Amino acid sequence: MKIGICAKVTADTDARLSPSADGGSFEFSGKSVVGPYDMFAVEEAVQTKEKHGGDTVVFTVGAESDVLSQLRGSVLALGVDKAVIVEDPALANADALGVARALAKAIEAEGVDLVFCGKQAIDDDNVQVPAMIAGLLGWAQVSRVTAFAVDGTSFTATRAMDGGIKQVVSGNLPVLITAERGLNTPRYAKLPAIMKAKKKPTERRDLAALGLSAEAVAPKVSTSAYGSPPERPSGKIIEGDTDTVVAELVRLLREEAKVL
Amino acid sequence: MSSFLDPYLDDSHRVFRELCRRFAEEQLAPHAEAWEEAGSFPRELYAQAADAGVLAPTWPEALGGGGGDTFHGVIAGEELLRGESTGVVVGLGSLQIALPPILHLGTPEQHRRFIVPVLAGEQIAALAITEPGTGSDVAAVRTRAEPDGDGDGYRITGSKTFITSGVRADLVVVLARTGDDPHGGLTFFVVERGMAGFEVSRALRKTGWWASDTAELHFDGVQVPASHRLGDEGSGFSALMRNFEGERLMLAINGTALAALSLEHALAYAHQREAFGRPLKKLQVIRHKLAEMQTQVASAQTLTYAVADRMRRGEPCISEVALAKNHASLVARDVCWEAVQIFGGMGYMRETVVERFARDARLLPIGGGTQEIMNEIICRFGLGL
Repeated sequence: MKIGICAKVTADTDARLSPSADGGSFEFSGKSVVGPYDMFAVEEAVQTKEKHGGDTVVFTVGAESDVLSQLRGSVLALGVDKAVIVEDPALANADALGVARALAKAIEAEGVDLVFCGKQAIDDDNVQVPAMIAGLLGWAQVSRVTAFAVDGTSFTATRAMDGGIKQVVSGNLPVLITAERGLNTPRYAKLPAIMKAKKKPTERRDLAALGLSAEAVAPKVSTSAYGSPPERPSGKIIEGDTDTVVAELVRLLREEAKVL
Repeated sequence: MSSFLDPYLDDSHRVFRELCRRFAEEQLAPHAEAWEEAGSFPRELYAQAADAGVLAPTWPEALGGGGGDTFHGVIAGEELLRGESTGVVVGLGSLQIALPPILHLGTPEQHRRFIVPVLAGEQIAALAITEPGTGSDVAAVRTRAEPDGDGDGYRITGSKTFITSGVRADLVVVLARTGDDPHGGLTFFVVERGMAGFEVSRALRKTGWWASDTAELHFDGVQVPASHRLGDEGSGFSALMRNFEGERLMLAINGTALAALSLEHALAYAHQREAFGRPLKKLQVIRHKLAEMQTQVASAQTLTYAVADRMRRGEPCISEVALAKNHASLVARDVCWEAVQIFGGMGYMRETVVERFARDARLLPIGGGTQEIMNEIICRFGLGL
C-alpha cells in the first residue's frame, strides 16, 4: 500500500498573524510549523504503515527553501519515507482549487491508495483543499475523522459530528481522510530518526513535470484585501466599597453593555 | 540565545532543540520547584527521558543512544535547563561522565551489560573519583583494588565523596589504585549496587543542585570479578583525562545556559516590574546592566561553541576546554548574581528560578576540576609555561 499525506507548512499556533501594510497579503511573526491537524494525518499514516506495511510520501505546495526543513524535522523524522514538494511561480497566488489541482496531480503520479490530510490549515482556515483533491481524483472522502482502520482494500472511519455524535462509515480504497483532533497522539521524533531524515529522498516538481499549465492553477477567486479586527476597548476597573462597586457594575451592564 | 550557535547547526539540531525544549517545558518545569525542595526527582524520569530521546543524544545508536554529534549534546544541555532545575539536568546527566570509561576501555560484553541498561533509563550510573582526602590531585587516589586471593577478581577498599547520583546509582564506575605509580597505577572498575561491602555512607546536602543526589560511598573489601575491570591495569589515568574534556565541556555549556536563562528571566522581569512609575526596562541603570549581561552571555556562548566544534572535529583541546569552562563559570557567577539583583527582594526568594540558578552556578568553578586547576592546564598546555 502506498500512503500519502498532504501537509502545509504554516505559522505556529502562537505566531501573530497580521495583514501586510498594503493589505494584499498576510504576514506572521514567529516560527513556522507543519500544521497541528496535518500532524495527526502524519501520525495516522505512519501507524497505518506500521500495521500494514507499504510506503509513505508527504506532499506539499511551497518553496523548497521555506518548507524542507520543517518537512524533514516534523514529517520525515516521524517515519514518512519521502517528500514531494510542488514548487512553481504560478502557484504563488494560487487559490484552494489551484493548490488542490497541483496536489492531486502529484498524488496521482505517485500511485497512492490512501491519503491523509489535516482537516484544515491553521492560518487561513480555508478547509477546502482536501475535499477538492478527492473530487479531482474521483475518490471517496471522509472528513473530521477520529478513528480509522483499513482492512485489505476496505476501510472504516469514525467521524465527529455536532453535539458529540459519532458517525461510523466504511468504504473501499482509494480514499482521502481528513484528520480531526483525537485521531491519535503524534509521537516525539527520536534523534536517530531525525538524523536519518537528513538522508531521506525529497523531490521537487514544477507544474510542467506534473503535466499542468499555469492557467490550470490560475486563481478563480482573488483576495481583495486582508484586514484586522477592530481593536477591543480596554477594560474598566471599578473602585470603591462593595456597595458602590456593585451598583456601578449593574449600571454599566445595563446602560453600556446592555446585557441586563 | 541560539544565534551564536547557528553556524554549527543543521536541521537535525534545530528539530532536536524543539524536542528537548518540549520535554523540558512539559515534563520538567512544572515539577522543578517540588523536586528541588524534595532534594530528589522520580527515578522514572530516566526512562521517560530515554523514551523521549533526550537522555543520551550523543551516544552510539547501537547501544541505545541517539547517534548525534557534540552539538546535539550541547543543545540537550541548554534546553533541559529550561526545566528550571540544574539538579535534574546533572542527575540525568551523570551517565555522561560515568559511562565513557566503559565505552573507551570496555569490551563489547561490558558495553552490552553496563551501558545499554543505563541508556535505556533502566539503571542509574555514577562516576567515583574524588575521595575525602583527594580532590584535584587525582594521582593521590588511595582507594585500592587488590587481587582477590580466592580467584581472578579484586577486593576494593576505600571511600569516595561528592558522587553525583551516588545515593541511588545501580552501578558506580570507580577509580582505584592497582599499583603504586601515581598515574600508572590507577584502574577503573564497575561496582554494582548490592555487592557485599559497598554502601552509601552519607547523602550530602549542598548549596545548589538540590534535586540531584550526592553521596559519600564506602567500599569495605568489595569483591569484584575481573569482568568488572575496565581495560588493562593502569589504564585509568589517561581514560580519566579524556573523560574530563567531555565533563568540562558539559559544565561550560551548563554555565552559558545558566547565564542565558537568568538573563531571559531578568529581561522578562524588567518588562513587567515597575519602579518609580516606570517599568524597570526604562531605567538606565537596569538597561545597562542587562546590556552587560548580554555581552557576557554572548562571550561565553561564542567561546564554548567554538571549543565544542573543535571537539566535534576530534581535535585535542584540553587547554581550550579548560578556558571555556573557566570563562563560562565566571560569566554564570556574574550574570546569575546580577539577575538576582534585578529581581531585588523577589530574587532572594526560593520560588524564583534566578535564586536557584545563582546557587547552582557556585559549583561551576569547583566541579570537574577547579578554576585553579583549569588555570594550571591553560598555563601548561596553552601557554607553554
